[in-house]
Amino acid sequence: MQWLDARLPLPRLVYDSFVAYPVPRNLNYAYTFGGILALFLVLQILTGVVLAMHYAANSAIAFDSVEKIMRDVNWGWMLRYMHANGASFFFVAVYIHIFRGLYYGSYKAPREILWILGVIIFLLMMATAFMGYVLPWGQMSFWGATVITGFFTAFPLIGDPIQQLLLGGFAVDNATLNRFFSLHYLLPFMIAGVVILHVWALHVTGQTNPTGVEVKSSKDTVPFSPHATVKDGFAMVVFLIIFAYMLFYMPNYLGHPDNYVEANPLKTPSHIVPEWYFLPFYAMLRAITFNIGPIDSKLGGVLVMFGSILVLFFLPWLDTSRVRSTAFRPVYKIFFWIMVVDCIFLGWLGSRPAEGIYPTLALIGTIYYFGHFLIVLPVLGLVETPRRLPGSITEAVLARNAGGGTPAGAAAAPETKG
Amino acid sequence: MRKLLPALLAAGLAFAPLSFAQAQDGQGPTENTASEEAAAGQDASAEAAEEGHAETPHYPLRHPEQLNWSFAGPFGHWDVAQLQRGLKVYKEVCSACHGMRLVAFRNLEALGYSEAQVKAFAAEYTVQDGPNGDGEMFERPGIPSDYFPSPFPNTAAAAAANGGAAPPDLSLIAKARAVERGFPTFVFDLGTQYQEAGPDYIHALLTGYDQEPPQAIAESLQPGTYYNPYFISGPALAMPPPIGDDQVEYPDGSPQTVDQYSRDVAAFMMWAAEPHLAERKATGFVVMIFLVVFAGLLFAVKRRVWAGTAH
Repeated sequence: MQWLDARLPLPRLVYDSFVAYPVPRNLNYAYTFGGILALFLVLQILTGVVLAMHYAANSAIAFDSVEKIMRDVNWGWMLRYMHANGASFFFVAVYIHIFRGLYYGSYKAPREILWILGVIIFLLMMATAFMGYVLPWGQMSFWGATVITGFFTAFPLIGDPIQQLLLGGFAVDNATLNRFFSLHYLLPFMIAGVVILHVWALHVTGQTNPTGVEVKSSKDTVPFSPHATVKDGFAMVVFLIIFAYMLFYMPNYLGHPDNYVEANPLKTPSHIVPEWYFLPFYAMLRAITFNIGPIDSKLGGVLVMFGSILVLFFLPWLDTSRVRSTAFRPVYKIFFWIMVVDCIFLGWLGSRPAEGIYPTLALIGTIYYFGHFLIVLPVLGLVETPRRLPGSITEAVLARNAGGGTPAGAAAAPETKG
Repeated sequence: MRKLLPALLAAGLAFAPLSFAQAQDGQGPTENTASEEAAAGQDASAEAAEEGHAETPHYPLRHPEQLNWSFAGPFGHWDVAQLQRGLKVYKEVCSACHGMRLVAFRNLEALGYSEAQVKAFAAEYTVQDGPNGDGEMFERPGIPSDYFPSPFPNTAAAAAANGGAAPPDLSLIAKARAVERGFPTFVFDLGTQYQEAGPDYIHALLTGYDQEPPQAIAESLQPGTYYNPYFISGPALAMPPPIGDDQVEYPDGSPQTVDQYSRDVAAFMMWAAEPHLAERKATGFVVMIFLVVFAGLLFAVKRRVWAGTAH
């Protein structure tokens, strides 16, 4: 090991990053989702590579090859359900991870690059998930691809060429399936690459923590191993229990029945809905039902949808508050939870048909979404009076534990403290 | 979106006006091969609108009844006798019009048949094979590795023989049809593990004929369609009532009623759509036990590790 370390300091890198690396002692379970996401990226790549051995990216046989996996390949049903539900749980974890970042101000200086890398990973994940959903070549695959690639035609002049480049033709067809398969195989490795940068940036600045106060001395931290390893490991297994429950008992709950009907360009499903994790963005897309000056409603919807993610890139500079953790921002805390509800509400609206009152509600939801980032965050940071911050992490921990008697007594009930 | 969707579709694809109308108007998942019925549905909704019902009618008109299935729940398993009866119903009734191209005869061993029985069963079918040494296609009796032959050579032929609506293949039908559960039922389904919307729907549809349609709907029905309030994408469908009491003989003495036939064939279709369902749930139980024990151990270790550290 020393021989290797002297020539290529890989053991040292691993030791410094995942063994001796100091982590704040007060991290709660919301901070375990980074590890869970890493686990799911590996899981998706492993199941995906095996599935690709049996899958045929040809529009004539793709649907049947997936059914072959389900019926004839040994454990094929489990691999495919793991991969399909794994994508959903990947997004469950990433949404919790993102909201944790929002709550504890993980995007604020000096962690802007870390945050931006995270948003890039999120974008890559969305592209990967979308292309993966096209591969089984069911009705929803086909029509979802038709609708989503159609977004690009909203842009004047460059729109149509971009769409044709994506599709490899004028309509979703075999060429589309082939390039989506190729990209679906490529993008996860790009995600893995950006994840390495993400972790690197994290280890340069150090983690945030629920108090938002930076680490000041070695008393504030514990070594990554065994403390964080075992805590992350426990959270991973709990998350896997929920995953296994869906995987083995209701693997089609998150899917759509129409995707068990083979793609048919001549028959449009009555409702084209994306997978659940895209629904909030789909609702925002459909919320713009009117023209704004030279921008027609279609382009407006597409701009709003892309803008909803674009705004995340500017988040570090939109939030003017110097206090990181929402725990010490009583007013912002209310807005934060309104934001969470708003996103779930938009998700529900995305699953509704675009008729009746739904587009109006979606518009209200969309306005709040952007209002939160563009108005609430900049203004509130200037006018809000935060609660008093603790002097250090250790001080906060000891103050909280003092209420429960001796520190030893408090540590005996860690499940409540996280 | 109202503008966007048609624009996209028109730009991307040349497709039949009927399915276009369907995209605008239908409710619930679309019947794959039944544009006829959707057209009927559209007419009905247009009439309903004229009569002052601003709401588009939501299909199905009636929700399927939830039945008890042996394969439901965490310990779900197949009722082999039921699957055998379902196979008999499929073979003697449904297969006249509906294919099941993804199921092979060899798969029937899972229904409790011996290898010899499967061979004999397969031999009752004639399948096309070839080309032989002379370059000719020829017909031969089926063998276990053959798949159920479809009754029509292609979709166009199936549609032509059935008044324009091709009967869908039944291999995956139990997973390809589900009536939307709606809020908050879909949340409770997470706890009850309700995954039987497909077989419930098949049973409801098969037993849902022979009802008197309401006056407004009766007037709008297309000729050649049959009123069925359980049909998922319209008030009526092109399939006539497929089965009657005592049509299929049950050697095991089960009641020879439409209700029993529907239950059996729905269970059989669930098996056809998901042959590894029982194996999946059994595996899941072991995995869950392992994970729960593992999580418990990890939690104990975690408490030990953090015992000396206030956090």
